[in-house]
Amino acid sequence: MTDLTARLGPLTLPNPVLTASGCAAAGRELHQFFDVAALGAVVTKSIMAKPRSGRPTPRMAETPSGMLNSIGLQGPGIDSFIANDLAWLAEHGARVVVSIAGTHTDEYVEVARKLAGHPAVAMLEVNISCPNVESRGQVFACDAIASSRVIGAVRRAADPAQPIFAKLSPDVTDITFIARACADAGVDGFSLINTLLGLVIDTDTMTPALAGLTGGLSGPAIRPVAVRCVWQVRNALPHLPILGMGGIRSGLDALEFILAGASAVSVGTAVFGDPSAPIRVLAELGAALAERGFETLQDAVGFAHLSTAERAARAAVRV
Amino acid sequence: MSPVQEVGEIFAVQQVGAYLQFTVVAPGVAATAKPGQFVAVAVGGENTSMVLRRAFALYSATPSGDFAGTIQFVVAEHGPGTRWLANRRAGELLDVVGPLGTHFPLPSGPSPAVLVGGGYGTAALIPLARALLAGGSPVEFVIGAATGARLFGELIAKRLVGAVTVTTDDGSAGTRGLVTDVLPEAIARVGAEVIYACGPMPMLRAVDAVARAHAIRAQVAVEEAMACGIGVCMTCVLPVRGDDGLSRFVRSCVEGPVFDAERVRWADVGTLPPDLVGADAMGGGH
Repeated sequence: MTDLTARLGPLTLPNPVLTASGCAAAGRELHQFFDVAALGAVVTKSIMAKPRSGRPTPRMAETPSGMLNSIGLQGPGIDSFIANDLAWLAEHGARVVVSIAGTHTDEYVEVARKLAGHPAVAMLEVNISCPNVESRGQVFACDAIASSRVIGAVRRAADPAQPIFAKLSPDVTDITFIARACADAGVDGFSLINTLLGLVIDTDTMTPALAGLTGGLSGPAIRPVAVRCVWQVRNALPHLPILGMGGIRSGLDALEFILAGASAVSVGTAVFGDPSAPIRVLAELGAALAERGFETLQDAVGFAHLSTAERAARAAVRV
Repeated sequence: MSPVQEVGEIFAVQQVGAYLQFTVVAPGVAATAKPGQFVAVAVGGENTSMVLRRAFALYSATPSGDFAGTIQFVVAEHGPGTRWLANRRAGELLDVVGPLGTHFPLPSGPSPAVLVGGGYGTAALIPLARALLAGGSPVEFVIGAATGARLFGELIAKRLVGAVTVTTDDGSAGTRGLVTDVLPEAIARVGAEVIYACGPMPMLRAVDAVARAHAIRAQVAVEEAMACGIGVCMTCVLPVRGDDGLSRFVRSCVEGPVFDAERVRWADVGTLPPDLVGADAMGGGH
C-alpha cells in the first residue's frame, strides 16, 4: 500500500483526490453517493460577495470527450455560503477548499476576509479566470499584472493559516509567465487548469448553442493541455505545489498529473457522467501507484521530470 | 429518498411506435421511485466520448411482484447518445442513477384530474394515473404528438382510464391540433381540479395558460437539458417564483422536474429577467 498523504505546500491532506470547483456544488449532492470526508478535500463552486443568478439557458453543450458550459458563477453569495454550505461541510467532517471569485480586486478581498478563521477551510483557491470588470471584461488570469494584483491583495487579506492557490487559465501565450507573477505576489501554489474558452454552433438553429455565446471547455478533451500546463509550471517553479485538473476520469489519468508534477488532483467533469468518480479515481490511483512500486505519493510527484540517472539513484535508495 | 447508482441488466427493449421502451433490472431505483421522477443513464460504454448522462422519465418502477426490481423508461432516438441506447439489446448492462428529482404531488383525497402528455412525455403520466386511480380520483387523459407514430401510451391509457382524447399536429391520429385545443372539454367532462402534464416546454406553457383560465392548478414535469441530473452542474435551471415571491434560477433536476406550473416564468425561459435574485450582480460582464 502506497502512503497517499498529499502535501500542498503547508497543507497536508490524507489523500490527493479532490473535487473540482463548479463540478461538485458544495458537496451535499455527492454525499448521496459517497462520504465527502473520504476525499482529500471538497473544492466548492466559486463563491462571490453577493448572490448571483448566473446566465440564461442554454448553459451547456456536449462536445467530443467534453462539454462547454456557461453558467456565469451562479451562487448564493459568501454570507449564505458560510451559514449553509460551509456549515454543512464542517458538520460532515469534510476538508474544504473554498474557490473564491470576484469581478474586481476588492470583491476577492471581501470574500477572503469573511473566510478567515473558519476551521473547516483548508485553503482558498483563487479563481482568477473570470472576467475583470475593471479591465473591460478581460480575464484576470490572462494578464500578469491583474493576476499579481489580485493574488497579492488576497494573500494580505486572507487568514495567514489558509494557503492560497491561484487557478490559472490555459488560454495564455505562456502560462509560466502568469504563474511567476502570482509567485512574486506571494501565492502558495497553483490550481491548473481552468476551462478553455470555446464556442459551439447549433447547426439546426445556425446560432451559437449557448446563451452566453462562448463557454468553458472541460472534460477528457482538454487533458493533454492540462498535463502540459502542469509540466511547464512545475519546471518553471518547482518549489510551488500544484493541484492538477482537467479531464481526469480514471486513476491513470490522475497519475499522469502526479508524474507531471501535481501534488494532488481534482476530478471535475467526470462527476457529471459518474457521481462516484472521485472516490473511484482515488482507489484506482492508489492501486496504480502501488503497482509501480511507489512507497509514497510524494515519490511520484514530478517523477516524469527525472532523468534516467535520477530514476536509477531513487531505485537504489528503495532497494 | 436518496438516489443510487447501479449497473443493471437490460431485461427487454421493445419498439413502441417511434420509441424504444427499456426494461432494466435496477432494484435500488425501483425500491423508492415515485411517479414523475427520472433516471440518468450513462451512454457510449466505458471509454466513450459522450461524457454526460441522458435523463429519462420513469415509465414504471416495480419494487415487488413478478417483475420485482425492474424499471422502465422510454427513449426517443435523436442524437448519438440515444442512438447508442437504441442499439442495446436484452442482456447488456446499463449504468443508471436514480430515482432523481421531485415527484408529482398526490391529492390527500379523491380529486378529478386531467393528465396531459406530449410525445413520450405520456410515459411519466402512466404510473401517476395508476396512483391517482388507486386513491379514488377520476382521471381523463389527453395525449398528443406531432404524428400518430410519435404518440405514446394510448393503449395503456385507454385500458387504465377509458377516457382518452388524442390529438396530432398532422391529423394522422385523433383530432388534428394541439392538446390544449381539447383540454377545456376534458376539464369540463371530469370536473378537473388539477391538471398534470409532461411534454415539451411550449406545451407545458400552453397547459399553464389553460389551467389559469379555469382557475385550477397544474403540476408539470419539464424536459430541460441536463448535464448531471443530480444537482451539481447548474445547467438545467429555470426561472421559478419561490414561496417568498422572489424568482430564482432553480435546478430542474433537483427542485424539479415537477413544478407547480404557475410558479414557472414560462415567458422568461432562456432569458435573464432583471428582477431575478442575483441578476443585478451579473453586471455588464461576460
